[in-house]
Amino acid sequence: MAINVTRRQFFKLGGAGLASSSLAMMGFAPEPAEASIRQFKLSHAKETRNTCTYCSVGCGILMYSKGDGSKNVEQDVFHIEGDPDHPVSRGSLCPKGAGLLDFVHSEGRLAYPQVREAGSDEWKRISWDEAYARIARHMKDDRDANFVRRNAQGQTVNHWTTTGFLAASGSSNEAGYITHKVVRSLGMVAFDNQARV
Amino acid sequence: MTNHWVDIRNANLIIVMGGNAAEAHPVGFRWVTEAIEHNNAELITIDPRFTRTSAVAQDRAFIRTGTDIAFLGGLISYLIETDQIQREYVLHYTDAALIVRDGYGFEDGLFSGYDESTRSYDKQSWMYEMGDDGFVRRDESLRNSRCVYQLLREHYARYTPETVSSITGIPVETLQRLWKKMAATCVPDKTMTFCYALGWTQHSTGSQIVRAAAMVQLLLGNMGLPGGGVNALRGHSNIQGLTDLGLLSQLLPGYLTLANAKEQDYAAYIDKRTKQPTVEGQVSYWKNYEKFHVSLMKSWFGDAATETNQWCFEWLPKLERPLYDVLDTFERMSKGEMTGYFCQGFNPLASFPDRAKVTRALSSLKYLVVMDPLNTETSEFWKHYGEYNDVDSSAIDTEVFRLPTCCFAEDEGSIVNSARWLQWHWAAAPPPGDARPDIRIMAELYRELKRLYEAEGGAFPDPLLNLTWDYKIADEPSPQELAREYNGRALADLVDAEGNVTRRAGEQLSGFGELTADGKTAAGCWIFTGCWTEDGNQMARRDNSDPYGTGNTLGWAWAWPANRRILYNRASADVQGRPWGPDKAFIWWDSEQGLWVGADVPDFVATSPPSQGQMPFIMQPEGVGHLFAGQSMVDGPFPEHYEPFESPVKDNLLHPGNSRARANPAARIFDDDREALGKPEDFPHAATTYRLTEHFHFWTKHAELNAIVQPEQFVEIGEALAEEIGVAAGDWVKVSSNRGSIRAVAVVTKRLRPMQIGSRQVHHVGIPLHWGFTGAAKKGFLINALTPFVGDANTQTPEYKSFTVRVEKA
Repeated sequence: MAINVTRRQFFKLGGAGLASSSLAMMGFAPEPAEASIRQFKLSHAKETRNTCTYCSVGCGILMYSKGDGSKNVEQDVFHIEGDPDHPVSRGSLCPKGAGLLDFVHSEGRLAYPQVREAGSDEWKRISWDEAYARIARHMKDDRDANFVRRNAQGQTVNHWTTTGFLAASGSSNEAGYITHKVVRSLGMVAFDNQARV
Repeated sequence: MTNHWVDIRNANLIIVMGGNAAEAHPVGFRWVTEAIEHNNAELITIDPRFTRTSAVAQDRAFIRTGTDIAFLGGLISYLIETDQIQREYVLHYTDAALIVRDGYGFEDGLFSGYDESTRSYDKQSWMYEMGDDGFVRRDESLRNSRCVYQLLREHYARYTPETVSSITGIPVETLQRLWKKMAATCVPDKTMTFCYALGWTQHSTGSQIVRAAAMVQLLLGNMGLPGGGVNALRGHSNIQGLTDLGLLSQLLPGYLTLANAKEQDYAAYIDKRTKQPTVEGQVSYWKNYEKFHVSLMKSWFGDAATETNQWCFEWLPKLERPLYDVLDTFERMSKGEMTGYFCQGFNPLASFPDRAKVTRALSSLKYLVVMDPLNTETSEFWKHYGEYNDVDSSAIDTEVFRLPTCCFAEDEGSIVNSARWLQWHWAAAPPPGDARPDIRIMAELYRELKRLYEAEGGAFPDPLLNLTWDYKIADEPSPQELAREYNGRALADLVDAEGNVTRRAGEQLSGFGELTADGKTAAGCWIFTGCWTEDGNQMARRDNSDPYGTGNTLGWAWAWPANRRILYNRASADVQGRPWGPDKAFIWWDSEQGLWVGADVPDFVATSPPSQGQMPFIMQPEGVGHLFAGQSMVDGPFPEHYEPFESPVKDNLLHPGNSRARANPAARIFDDDREALGKPEDFPHAATTYRLTEHFHFWTKHAELNAIVQPEQFVEIGEALAEEIGVAAGDWVKVSSNRGSIRAVAVVTKRLRPMQIGSRQVHHVGIPLHWGFTGAAKKGFLINALTPFVGDANTQTPEYKSFTVRVEKA
């Protein structure tokens, strides 16, 4: 089966890669000449290497962003595809990874610190400084009130059990490492990440 | 994973059990299809459902949820009774020949030492017997009735095909057909691999299911070989890294462990963890424990950690219970015993069992801090969303702070995939609005707390005030600085036995072999040492060449430990150091060079000749793989089948009439949660939860494309059940457990079939988990309204895969 399809139609049909594997199986490939348009578009983009954020196969991805890297230009990601150099994924993405761009630009993304006051039914935007000041005050008040130096048996335990922390296994090693360092320095023990569930 | 994604192509037989890799790990699964197409391999799935993985399998069985140990125990018995084991491997590389103490025993479903009042075991008898020379006694003939091999044989003799069939619902002839195929990999040059995921771990016997698979692989000689191993296909993109870095209640980085309250003495604490060889001449690598621990303390506390103050041992929190896991924490929270909670990229309202209890628990907090790129359900647990979140905001006094974080596209650093590869990534764009990286938030919050403690004083501030913080920008340490820190560096010149300087002070270390216990090295996570050396960032390497044609790309990224890609790879060669077969050649002894060489970094002392007799499992004091777990598990040295806490079956068929051995006798369950368990007569259907290929947990419902392709919540029921309850495809059904209910569209399918269990038919109900009340997809019910608040005896991972429900037309 041979179907002529332009690059633009191909992208549209492909749903940014979602169905492209089955399209390819049908012998459904774009006209080679049209590929130059894509080349032209991507050649003016900045290419950044990353790893898919979903599962732990760890597929390589290439993120394309607008902006020329100048200091007064903000990059904006407009396309994400598989990294063909990657020895596991070899350029593939699955239906989850094919939607990565929509995760980056999701309407559900949070942009500003907020607080929901006790008993309230709405969010209120606050500054980072206010957020840190209020959270740190809560933490210190609780820690000072409930930190245990010695338990009932007279054993030194130096722990704080009344505030807990769930860490994120979607975050980087570096974020995880500094989180662990800070959390343990406070004596916290109710500490877990998604590996627990 | 003991092996890695690409290595699956080297397998001759692939067992996907306790997982559905084709849907959950589609790109990794391509290496399964590669093995089928180019290595003449066979794929077998064993699952309650006909999954997308089953659809491309050559053979399959349908198993009642929660009965995997019965299947694997039956397999162990079959291997032994039909003498289909890799005898040389079993004799030399496992503990089969080791003798177990006299007091150890197993009777009517309970191991020796059980105390019903504490639901725990005194594990004193679960040990090898030591000889007068201080080493474990052994019997090379394997005939001693107290040797591990004979005890193993005796333990699983009860798992006859008929019994296993009655428990699992798999017909006897299917069992025997599959076992025969698996047993065929006992020959030295064929390998079988197990691929599993949460379908094994999310049971009250989860850890023991995984152990049973490891035992099968030892008996078949499949561990340490290309195409072999027991491969955990892990969930989140960096769940492996967060585990390695020890962000779990009882751990420190690199699988070091915190002290419990009884361990007040530093020397005794270290001594207990410093494993000396129990078989003469073995490596027993944990004998170096103190080097790793002291290097961590130097990394965190710098000059404040000295030999005199025992490297700040007092400063580390001590545990008063085995775990402060999330079930324990939410139990305490629900009783009003907690004040505050942080959720960093974690959505417990959706992710933890018994959602009603989780809502109660969060409502009792004084403050909740959510750090996330997305508006999670947890951050809005207090907000009324109709029937999807039916709460009264005015009655909830929790102050909730929501801090916007970067997502992967705006983040630089490394994450660890399931194969233990640390892969570096770069940021493509700034985050939206005023969102900040997690690193910066943790740093700024820490600095704010430090300012408060410096100004006001307060409870034991010493660890907080003395934490090393020599980052160029104190409010925002760079990922590079942190990666260099967990790799580790020399704090003073290091010298060898002859006094030659091997490493200058200040230099990055190249491997954990350089670590010392005298405070001269710092390393924040010893198993990661080698990832950022004097040669730079090894995690950013991109050489994808495969010189031996084994699929091993040692120049791509960096794998812990020591860039090894297949763990226990010394076992890929026989006792003399020769590969078991030409197809399985991986590393071998080169007598001319006096070195282990080959396609991988040897998981062994590279210069230790076969004649020296050191065995492959260098982390074990005996040097061999453990068929007998000794004291390392809380619920028995051998895996035993117990029913899920909620089961459609009233009796454990292996121990009929013994209610103590119906469900895992060593699993913890809180009183209220026991009361909330349903009875089979009220909730007759076996339920299991799972993911779909279009979605990732509760994230992708926020991504438009994924929300379009799988927009609406549904549950799957078989045709027979649909007929029984009068439901047609597309009807709405109500699914209830004793804890709550959800409503969803019914997908009526041939993929779920009734099973004959004893005298009755059991129906399975399939419950995908991806919907909630925030995001771009249609609103749906958080399915953890249904699930029970009980976890695995060892890890407390909740039993999401096996519980009971009732389905009716809505």
